[in-house]
Amino acid sequence: MQRAGIPVVVGVLAAALVGLLIYGVVQRGDDTGLDTKVNQGERPAAPGRDVELPLLRGQGRRSLADFDGKVVVLNFWASWCAPCEAEAPALEAVQRHLRRSGGTVLGVTYKDFAADSRGFVRKFGLSYPSLRDDRLDLAPKYGTNKLPETFVLDGRGRIVAISRGQVSEGFLSDAVRRAEATA
Amino acid sequence: MRRALALLVVALVALGVPSWATAAQPRASFNDIEDEVMCDTCNVPLNIAESPRADQQRREIRALIARGLTKDEIKAELKARYGPAVLALPDDKGFSLAVYLVPIAVVAGLLLTVLLLLPRWRSRRRDAAPAVAGAAQLSAADSRRLEEDIARYDL
Repeated sequence: MQRAGIPVVVGVLAAALVGLLIYGVVQRGDDTGLDTKVNQGERPAAPGRDVELPLLRGQGRRSLADFDGKVVVLNFWASWCAPCEAEAPALEAVQRHLRRSGGTVLGVTYKDFAADSRGFVRKFGLSYPSLRDDRLDLAPKYGTNKLPETFVLDGRGRIVAISRGQVSEGFLSDAVRRAEATA
Repeated sequence: MRRALALLVVALVALGVPSWATAAQPRASFNDIEDEVMCDTCNVPLNIAESPRADQQRREIRALIARGLTKDEIKAELKARYGPAVLALPDDKGFSLAVYLVPIAVVAGLLLTVLLLLPRWRSRRRDAAPAVAGAAQLSAADSRRLEEDIARYDL
């Protein structure tokens, strides 16, 4: 009985170890659930609407829920990210357009030293607000683990378009037009 | 003589005070901290990380050292800013304590298993030994033939 018990225990431990390894690999994999839905023409609800993050400049905290009813271009960025520098002028141009229609670009800094983030905002003259997600409370909900990434949300808080990587002016104008059409 | 002794005491005090002061407030060393902090976007310790974010984290640590923070204060500050994953070594309290205790428990469990099983293995070997000895016993005819073979090859 005891002799038979040892292989069982070893087997269970080995299975648990393999399970743990599989779980670790799956957890580290990219979450592409939102991308799949958007590519299929769906408009999934933007996750983390109630996650409140501190403002990069000034006091207070904001969440996506504070922008209900508005078109939001949610952009994850960091000052150490070179493509984020390259796309900053395009985002500022979209902000000038959205300001007239009541929408906004909403920047979210990803693992960035706040002083450097503020320097980035000054350097590129960004007029849109940014929130700090240093502890990654929001970014993982969007499957964001590389920068930059941009999500265009319509007035009902649904994702219209996703850009993983440096965003182009063409992508922004097309996505914002579609978001505004349903807002 | 007394004057020389007094001078010696004054000299020792003068030399000793700064070392006491620095002992009470150890200045943080960048190299000491760098290997205990993770590059939080590349998931490797900062001392081997090569990325723009790693460079930024190094500047951040140097700035905190320049502000006069101790090693523990700097690690606490980084943890407050970026979460516990920024530390290469988890806390030694709360649930994080399991990281240190589980390996010790596993090793202790293995040692205990060996200690429990060793006497059983030994007794099994003892039980098996007579059978081997018995198997080695030769019949009279085989023994005689063996002796003849040995004699034939004996130089």
